[in-house]
Amino acid sequence: MTLRDAWPVLAFGLVAALLPAFVTAGTLLNFAIFTLILCLAAQGWNILGGYGGQYSFGHAAFFGTGAYCAGILQVRYGVNPYVTFLAGIALAAAVGAVIGFLSFRSGLRGSYFALVTLAFAEVFRVLANAVPFTGGAAGLLIPLDARPVNFQFGERGSFYLIVLALVVLALLLTRALERSRLGAQLVAVRENEEAARALGVDALRVKLAAITLSAGITGAAGGLYAQYFLYVDSTIAYGTWISVEALLAPIIGGAGTVFGPVVGAIVLHSLAEATRSLVGRIPGIDLVIYGIVLILVVRFPPRRLPALIRARWRR
Amino acid sequence: MNSFPPEIVLEAVANGLLTGAVYGLVALGLTLVYGVLHIINFAHGALLTLAMYAAWVAWAAFGLDPYVAIIPLVPIFFAAGYAVQRLVIGPASRGDDQNILLVTLGLSIVLENAMLAIFRSDTLSVQVDYAMEVVEAPLFFSAPMLLSFPRLVGFGVAFLVAGVLFVLLTMTDTGRAIRAVAKERTGAALSGIDVAHIYAVTFGIGTACLAVAACLLLPSFYVNPRVGNAFVLVAFTIVVMGGMGSVPGALLGGLVIGVVESLSGLYLGDSLGQLGIFVIFILVLLFRPTGLFGARA
Amino acid sequence: MSTMLQVQGVSMRFGGLLAVADASFEVAEGSITGLIGPNGAGKTTLFAIVSGFQKPSSGQVLWRGEDITGRKPHLLARQGLSRTFQIVQPFAGLSVRENIAVGAFLRHKRRAEAIAVAERVAEQVGLTAELDKPAAALTVSGRKRVELGKALATGPRLLLLDEVLAGLNPSEVRDIVPVVRGIRDSGVTVLMIEHVMQAVMNLCDRVHVLAQGRIIANGTPAQVVANPAVVEAYLGHGAATRLAGRADA
Repeated sequence: MTLRDAWPVLAFGLVAALLPAFVTAGTLLNFAIFTLILCLAAQGWNILGGYGGQYSFGHAAFFGTGAYCAGILQVRYGVNPYVTFLAGIALAAAVGAVIGFLSFRSGLRGSYFALVTLAFAEVFRVLANAVPFTGGAAGLLIPLDARPVNFQFGERGSFYLIVLALVVLALLLTRALERSRLGAQLVAVRENEEAARALGVDALRVKLAAITLSAGITGAAGGLYAQYFLYVDSTIAYGTWISVEALLAPIIGGAGTVFGPVVGAIVLHSLAEATRSLVGRIPGIDLVIYGIVLILVVRFPPRRLPALIRARWRR
Repeated sequence: MNSFPPEIVLEAVANGLLTGAVYGLVALGLTLVYGVLHIINFAHGALLTLAMYAAWVAWAAFGLDPYVAIIPLVPIFFAAGYAVQRLVIGPASRGDDQNILLVTLGLSIVLENAMLAIFRSDTLSVQVDYAMEVVEAPLFFSAPMLLSFPRLVGFGVAFLVAGVLFVLLTMTDTGRAIRAVAKERTGAALSGIDVAHIYAVTFGIGTACLAVAACLLLPSFYVNPRVGNAFVLVAFTIVVMGGMGSVPGALLGGLVIGVVESLSGLYLGDSLGQLGIFVIFILVLLFRPTGLFGARA
Repeated sequence: MSTMLQVQGVSMRFGGLLAVADASFEVAEGSITGLIGPNGAGKTTLFAIVSGFQKPSSGQVLWRGEDITGRKPHLLARQGLSRTFQIVQPFAGLSVRENIAVGAFLRHKRRAEAIAVAERVAEQVGLTAELDKPAAALTVSGRKRVELGKALATGPRLLLLDEVLAGLNPSEVRDIVPVVRGIRDSGVTVLMIEHVMQAVMNLCDRVHVLAQGRIIANGTPAQVVANPAVVEAYLGHGAATRLAGRADA
C-alpha cells in the first residue's frame, strides 16, 4: 500500500482527531466514542460480509469474546488491561477461525451460514449468562481506577483518540486488504466461488483468513466497549443487538467499501439521536428507525454513491 | 448428573411432547414459507410476538378467552402476512437471497421494537381459570402423571391445524397451486398461476399458523417484546432438523425438540436447558444440513 | 511429443445414471485436442473430473504421469491446469481488468504485477477496449473472451475450454479461432469441448468423440467425421448407411 492508497483514511483520521479540541461536552464525546466503537465492530463485519459476501448474523460471538476476555482476565487474574485487550482480539480471532472452519468446511453459505453464526452467538450468550466464571446474569464489573496504566482515563478525550486510532488502523487494514491478493481473491469468492476455485483460489483458506481478521477486529470493538463502560453482561456482549449493529452499518453505508461502515454507523446513530430528541426516550424507537432504514436501503439501493466513490478511488 | 425416578422422566417426556406440538406449529409456518418461497423468514419470531400481543389485547381489552380469540385472529394474521409479503418482502427482495435475509431481519427489528415502544419491556400474561388446571393421566406402575390442561389443548389443536393444512394443500385448487409453485416456480407461472399471489397466500398461511400458536401458548405462557426470539431459534432448529420445507418433518421435529428441551431442563436446569437445542441446531447444520428426516439433496 | 494428460478408464455414476463410462484418452503436449460428441454425452462431466470439480466413481487422471485424480481445483490450477466454464462465470460486479487479474494473482502476489499481466492477457484475447467495463455489461462474445482471459491469466500449461464458441455468430467465431491458435503457439496445450465443427476442423490436431459416456472414436478431425460410428452417434442408428446410400445414388 502506498501513501496514495492511504490518504483518504489518514485525512479522515486527522479531521476526526480535532473533535476533542472543539467539543468538550461530555455527551457528544460519549456519543462519538460509542459510534466509533460500533464503526470498528462494523468494519470487522464488512471484511467478511462486505468483501467476502458471507453474511454473518452472529458477530456478537466475536464482540462478546473480546469484551469478556478483556474483562475477565483483568478482574479475575489481575492482568494489565492493555494485555487483556490484545488477548481479547486474539481469542476473538481464534473463535472466528473455529466457527469459520466448522461452517465453511461443511459448505454452509447464504442463509445457512447466517443461521449457524446466529446460533453460535446464542450458545455463547446462554453460557455466559449461566456460568459463574463470567459473572453470570449479574454481569462483570471492571473496577473504576482512572489511570492511563489501567487503560482508563479521567477525561473522555484520550479514550476518544485511542478508539479513533484503532478505527483508522482498521480502515487502513481494510484498504490494504482491498489492494492485496487476498482481497482480490476474497471478492472473487463473493462474486462466484466456483469460478474463483477454477482460477486457483483456495476458497476455504481465503474465507478462513477473512473470518479470522473480521472476528479479531470486531473483538477489538468488544474489548474497547468493556474498557469504556467498565461493565459487561451476556446481553450486552453476546446479544443480538451488536450482531445487528455490526451488519446494519456496512449495509447502509456501502458493504465492501472502506468507508461504508463508518458512513453507516454515523448515519444510523445520528438518526437515532435525532429521533430521541424529537420524540423523547421511548425504548426501542431508535431500532424501529434502523429497521425501517434497512428495509428502505434494500428496497431502494443507493448504488450510485458508493459506486462513484469507488470509481474515483480505483484510478 | 442427577437421576430421577422413571415417572418424573416420563412426565417430563409427556410434557415435552405437549409443548413440542406447539413448537411444531410455529415451525410449520416457517417451513411452509421456506418450502414454497425458498426464503428464511427471520421475522417469524417477531410475528409470533405480535400475535401473542394481539391475543393478550383481545383478552385485556375485549375479554376474549385466548382460545376464542383464535377465530378473529387467524383471518387478521392471514391478511397481515399476505400484505407483508406482497408489499414489503416481495418488492424489496428482488429474488436475491441476501436481500430477503436483510428485509426479514429489518422487519423483525421494526416489529419487536415497536412492541417494546408500545408495551414496554414488562412481561404480561392472561389470567384464565384453567391456566393451572391439570389432567391426571394414569400410569400402571405409580401415581398418575399430571399433565397441564392448556398444553393438552395446545397439543390437540396443533395437530388439528396440521390436519386442516394437509387437507388444504392436497384437496383444494389453491393448495395444488401452492405445491406447484413450491416444486417448479417457472413452470407454475407458465401454466397461468399468479406466483406473487401464491407466495403471499403461503406467507399468510404461515402467519396464520402463528396466530393459532400464540393463542395456544398464551394461557400458560407470558408475553414480552423478546418472547418470539426464544421460539424462533427453536423453530429454526426444528425446520432444519425436519428438513427445510417438510411439513411432517416440522411436526416430528417439534415433538423431538419439545422432549429434548424438557429433558435437558430437567437434568441441566432451566438456564442451560436451551443450550441442548442450540447445540443440536449447530450440529445438524454442520453435519446434516438437509435435515435428519429429509432426503439428501 | 510427450503426453501431458491421460484419462484412464474414468467412469462417473450419478445414482442410476452412468454419465461417463470407462473413458480413456490422451492429450499430447503442445496440441489442440478436441472432445466432441452429441448433447448429453458426458463431455462437461468429464471436464469437471479432469479439472478436479468432481471425483470420478472410478478411473484415473494422470498429469505427466502423476496421478491427480480428485485433486482440488485450486491445486490443479497451481500446477498449471486451468478451465473455462460452458456457462460463463464472470465476477459480475467487477471490471474486466479485475476479472482477469483474479487469474493473474495466482502467480503474481503484487497487485501492480497482476494488473499488468491482466492487461497483457486482455490484449491477447482482444479485450483491451473493454478493460474498465463491468463484466456484467459485456456482450456474449465479450463474456466468452473474459472467461478465456481469466483462465489464461493463471499461466496454465494446459487449458480446458468448454464450448468457448457456443452462442457466437460466424464472424465472432472467425475472430476467436486465431486467438485459440495463438494460445497454443505461445506454448499452452489446449483441450477443447466444441460443437462448432468448422472450428474443430480448423483448430484441432486430434479429436476424441464421446457418445453416451463412452469414447467411440478418435483420430484427426477428417478421420473422425468420416467414421460411420461417429455419424450414427450424432444422427441416429442407421444414419451412416442411409447417407452412404444417398451418396451412391
